[in-house]
Amino acid sequence: MKYYRSHVLVSVDPECVKRGAHEILDALQDELVAEGLIDEVQVLETSRIGDPAQGPDMMVYPEGTHYIGLTANDIPYIVKEHFLKGRVAAKFVAPEKAAVESELSAPTIKEIRVVLRNCGKIDPENIEEYIAEDGYMALAKVLTDCTPDQVIDMVMRSGLRGRGGAGFPTAKKWSLARDAVLPEKYIICNADEGDPGAFMNRLVLESDPHSVVEGMIIAAYAIGAVRGYIYCRAEYPIAVRTLNLAIRQARSMGLLGDNILGTNFSFDLEVRMGAGAFVCGEETALMSSIEGKRGEPRPRPPFPAVKGLWGRPTNINNVETYANVPQIILKGPEWFASMGTEKSKGTKTFALAGDVSHTGLIEVPFGISLREIVYDVGGGIKDGKGFKAIQTGGPMGGCLPAQFLDLPVDYETLGQAGSIMGSGGMIIMDDETCMVDIARFFMEFTQDESCGKCTPCRVGTRRILEILERICAGKGKHGDIETLEMLCKEIKTTSLCGLGQGAPNPVESTLKHFRHEYEAHIYEKRCPAKVCKSLIRYEISPEACTGCTVCARNCPVTAITGERRHAHIINPDTCIRCGICMQVCNFNAISIK
Amino acid sequence: MSPIKSLEDLKRVREEALEKRRVKANSGEIQIIVGMGTTGIAAGARETMKAILDTIEKDSLTGIIVTQTGGFGLDANEPIIQVIVGDQPKVTYGKVTAEVARQIMKEHVVGGKVVQEYVIQA
Repeated sequence: MKYYRSHVLVSVDPECVKRGAHEILDALQDELVAEGLIDEVQVLETSRIGDPAQGPDMMVYPEGTHYIGLTANDIPYIVKEHFLKGRVAAKFVAPEKAAVESELSAPTIKEIRVVLRNCGKIDPENIEEYIAEDGYMALAKVLTDCTPDQVIDMVMRSGLRGRGGAGFPTAKKWSLARDAVLPEKYIICNADEGDPGAFMNRLVLESDPHSVVEGMIIAAYAIGAVRGYIYCRAEYPIAVRTLNLAIRQARSMGLLGDNILGTNFSFDLEVRMGAGAFVCGEETALMSSIEGKRGEPRPRPPFPAVKGLWGRPTNINNVETYANVPQIILKGPEWFASMGTEKSKGTKTFALAGDVSHTGLIEVPFGISLREIVYDVGGGIKDGKGFKAIQTGGPMGGCLPAQFLDLPVDYETLGQAGSIMGSGGMIIMDDETCMVDIARFFMEFTQDESCGKCTPCRVGTRRILEILERICAGKGKHGDIETLEMLCKEIKTTSLCGLGQGAPNPVESTLKHFRHEYEAHIYEKRCPAKVCKSLIRYEISPEACTGCTVCARNCPVTAITGERRHAHIINPDTCIRCGICMQVCNFNAISIK
Repeated sequence: MSPIKSLEDLKRVREEALEKRRVKANSGEIQIIVGMGTTGIAAGARETMKAILDTIEKDSLTGIIVTQTGGFGLDANEPIIQVIVGDQPKVTYGKVTAEVARQIMKEHVVGGKVVQEYVIQA
């Protein structure tokens, strides 16, 4: 292999090529030949190095000097300075980029923090801290340099899709609202994050509220809205407080209200609190609730973009969607589109909960595998146990077993696997989880939260829950599985809103992937994971029992009998399967059968 | 705070905010940042905060700024505090109970020695 003292890597990112990267390559070649350096310096093509908007750019190794904003005419000077005289051509050196630093300083490898970039770094109660991190610069750029159509075009090119779960292209939604003819349009931020175990939006609202406010003002400008609402659940008191504070500060600095930044664009924002109904996260129910009515969904169409809040054109996006917008404007749609998969661009925040070592929030680019999320970012399963399943997308998502671990995560792949992206909750379950019990748990939640407006959801979820409760109680019978399958199908196809349509997902997916557990419960009256209380028995091994009496003394229902220094016995008829005896036994003499 | 009327105004405010930060870093003052999001508070960040403030008051420590931030996402490690001494790199501590906070105050903030045991490794 030939030895070179220096390597020049020129970015041939499409954007850089458009800006003349090939001319740079030619000029480098010519100049190096002319200076007689061609045998010492190797010129290579590479993919994107820095921000292509500052391209064409190139990297020189071993020094690691990053030159940006080049033209072919600059090359003779750089070659003379850098390769002949050995001096860095300071004029073209890229400044240390804060954005790159913050991306690199993500707390775990494989994470890229875009939405969460300021979380845990700035004081959320001080607007100056946000402005110091380039806050409201995107808004200023939009208001002074861009038409609303240009803003929508940028969002379109970025490929941003709704982070609330359905993944509808954001730009499309905005242009529908923009094209709506009725005047007095509204903009809503859906911060009614109700999925159990999901708290992505809460962290953003509590830790970086201005990013959402800024995103909403930009969206309002794009569609021509006059007023906005953030619909936040009352269970997030800290988020509501920081949001209200953020709005007050933005207003007092002239970033909300009349004539924002001295332009003729006016917009204001207020927080509305939800009273805890899960269904209010559904957009039509949410709008009803803001209007002061009962939070119940209505059929669509008409879609909110045509007839929304108070009958006016309305744009509704999720917290995370809005928080992405300022970054897309500032760093360019191409930067955003460079992350993720073909159809799902950018990053996504996920809340890891359940039996994983590092519970908490993560932000990863689309396309990362579930395995990387669970093991690399999440630190693997707690207490060294085995992985059993992962529930994505909250209570309306599906449970995916281990064979899906290498699935690259994006909207399409999760859908094909029988789950959903949802807002980003991920509940990880270890091998001691009973999948029938899990399905029962999620069904209990959706049944409880069904608003009752349409029959399939109101009655159907109740029937499913009853069957599941029966199966868990050891009273399952032939035909239960078939009835469940039929109910799931009916509820899915006939429910009015997303809650009902998604409610059967946990049951359907566990029936598909863990059917043998249902069968064991129904036909063998056995809970393989030893969770369902009616199907398990606690037993004392006579060999291991020393007759210390500690279990008998701790049993709340005096189900344990036996003499001191003789093996004890549990009476299964009185035993309530609380498990206390097993916890207190010092000799591991008690086991579940 | 005066209203921002133009892009130039906004840039000026940003520069001032950055300048404030630089001054803070160069003053040699010690910054203690406590994560006070919902998860932090649920894990006991208020007690942690109280222990820090108590220590400062009891030992009459000066040159320390205690501020709060939201969450960082590392919920399994809450309560989380960050300690910045002058221009030294930021140290992030996890599982900082009131007890640990007092230890960090004594050994790191006063003594200048990082309490490795509770540092969150990236």
